[in-house]
Amino acid sequence: MLDDLFLILTFQAGYNTSAVLAGVLALGIGGGVVGVFSFLRKRALISDAISHATLPGIGLAFLIGITAGGTGRDLPLLLIGAATTGAAGILAVQWIRDHTRLPEDTAIGTVLSVFFGLGIVLLTLIQTLETGGQAGLNSFLLGSTAAMTANEAWLIGGASAVTVIAGIALMKEFGAVAFDEGFAAAQGWRIATLDIAMLALLLAIVAIGLKTVGLILIIALVIIPPAAARFWTERLGKMVGLSALFGGLSGWVGGGLSALLPNMPAGSVIVLTAGTIFAISLICAPRRGVLTWQVRRWRHRLNAAEHRGLLAVSNGLLPRDRLDLWTVWAKRYVGPQGRVTDRGASAAANAARQERLWAAYRARHPDAPVQFNPLTGLRIEDVLPADEVATLEDGLSGK
Amino acid sequence: MSAADFLIIDLPAMLVAVLAAASCGLLGNFLVLRKQALIGDAISHVALPGIVVGFLVAGSIATFPLMLGAMGAAILAAVLIETIRRVGGLESGAAMGVVFTTMFAGGIVLLEQTGASNAHIDAEHALYGNLESTLWLGLERWGDILTWQALSDMPRSLATLGATTLGIGTLIILFYKELKVTTFDPGLGISLGLPVKSISTALIVLVAIAAVAAFEAVGSILVIAMFICPAATARMMTDNLTAQLWLSVLAAALAGIGGYVFAAFGPRLWGSADSLSAAGMIAVVAGALQCAAMAAAPKHGALSRFRRARAQKLDLTA
Repeated sequence: MLDDLFLILTFQAGYNTSAVLAGVLALGIGGGVVGVFSFLRKRALISDAISHATLPGIGLAFLIGITAGGTGRDLPLLLIGAATTGAAGILAVQWIRDHTRLPEDTAIGTVLSVFFGLGIVLLTLIQTLETGGQAGLNSFLLGSTAAMTANEAWLIGGASAVTVIAGIALMKEFGAVAFDEGFAAAQGWRIATLDIAMLALLLAIVAIGLKTVGLILIIALVIIPPAAARFWTERLGKMVGLSALFGGLSGWVGGGLSALLPNMPAGSVIVLTAGTIFAISLICAPRRGVLTWQVRRWRHRLNAAEHRGLLAVSNGLLPRDRLDLWTVWAKRYVGPQGRVTDRGASAAANAARQERLWAAYRARHPDAPVQFNPLTGLRIEDVLPADEVATLEDGLSGK
Repeated sequence: MSAADFLIIDLPAMLVAVLAAASCGLLGNFLVLRKQALIGDAISHVALPGIVVGFLVAGSIATFPLMLGAMGAAILAAVLIETIRRVGGLESGAAMGVVFTTMFAGGIVLLEQTGASNAHIDAEHALYGNLESTLWLGLERWGDILTWQALSDMPRSLATLGATTLGIGTLIILFYKELKVTTFDPGLGISLGLPVKSISTALIVLVAIAAVAAFEAVGSILVIAMFICPAATARMMTDNLTAQLWLSVLAAALAGIGGYVFAAFGPRLWGSADSLSAAGMIAVVAGALQCAAMAAAPKHGALSRFRRARAQKLDLTA
């Protein structure tokens, strides 16, 4: 079984499987790159409105297709339909947000539910037509790779590549709009135009991913990889790269697993893979992850306990707080019988000195940052220049 | 069409639609005002995995375990979203997107892997419900409705939704002042000593209950539409919260009845005997009502805004 997975993931499991895997891999990368910008613009869920708004377009395109004498199942025609109503959905969200008193999240909810309702009405209408019989349009809801042909996979791959290139080419502009609208406007860039361009790229990815991942889950491809990438970096370029990596990885592993195992819908497996990557990032990422956060909290508590404990020792007492007592004991500042060691005496003297100096500093600078505080374990010599420390000491001894 | 047909097939479906719309619509007012409209979206999506788990644990499609599962999933989702938002520092939209898509995907995989999909649970059904199969058997004349026999034969979903709507309405009346203060000015709420946090948690729990009660009959998409459209329609029409609540119920009822009528009887206009998706059509009618309100509402509508702007321009030039 692992051998089979290896064969699939290394593109050695037949032409069609490999083409499909390449398709979802490209789709994952495309979603990862494009999603970063709407994520940073704090508009991640606009993709939800876009994806649901594509459904009536698919139904209409099918109806037009059969009226014109075809089967209606022509993928490019369906995608054009999807993109058309998807774009209408975007415009509707923008209009409601800009021209009524309703906020953007209400606009998104309105558009996604009403367009989707219309799409469902059209699908039931199509089912009543003689030629419509099922039509396979339901596969757009939850997606399927089983029916994907190699040609469609190449179409998806090619379109993803184009959106990736466009996204990277406009990275600087998109980033400026997301982080600092004022700066972007001062550069002479049209924010409205850039927003439309960003949404157009989002629409492109949603439309080409619809048939594979389905319109409910496609938004995961543009939300989860950027959200996971955000935990690892503070730089835009790196974030785009990581998001593309996470998206591609989700598509590749998820697509492979779904090809290997029976009854594993590709869209869901891809999203679950992305969700796993997100969970790992949330927990393990340095600096922003939950573990680091927890460790930092503990270290802070221990630093504070050590300082409070030493202050008590310098006053000739044993600390009353349990954690404080444990810290001075564990650091061998205090011996077994409660006798202060030499190390302890000098550390306590030092702690008392730090306390006095910081207090003097805070008296002069009441607006100093909170972390300028002996409890954080910060030594004043490491923060202030030597002459300022000397002035503070003079002030203390002169009193 | 005989009276019996109407009473057995159409009346219960319309009642279910109206009650589902009203219970979700009432709560939607607070979601829209608190800028939490999309929590309804997230919660109704995670009902599917919850129902699948409820089915797997209980081994049957009895209502109670399924509702319990959906409730559990909704609360888990709300907790996860809040945790990711607070600890991970993500914006709430992104946190919702991550949580509900992952849980929904998990639900689909469970459904396919365990074969639960053969047991009357399927994802498409969960999306757009099955309003048309709500039947109130045994009714022949209007007068029959009030007999004990008929009331005990009342469709399960109708009874559930009736109780839910009643409960939500009562709670809103009882805690009207608290809800109003914490919605418009949480700071004032805190200084008055109101349990602001518990009130918003309770609101989310109520949203989950309403979503789950309505979900079975009308599907998740209609649930989302009802959380948002009637409240948004009413919000366009008035600045008064009491009036807004009543208007949202009115809009919900209009959408429920109108949508059902169009879906069931509309196709006869072009001579087809089939009907369209009622849930979908109700969402469309709710959207149409909202569009009308956004365009023509007395004070905040686009038309009157435009007229005011033009009058101001004329004043300036005169």
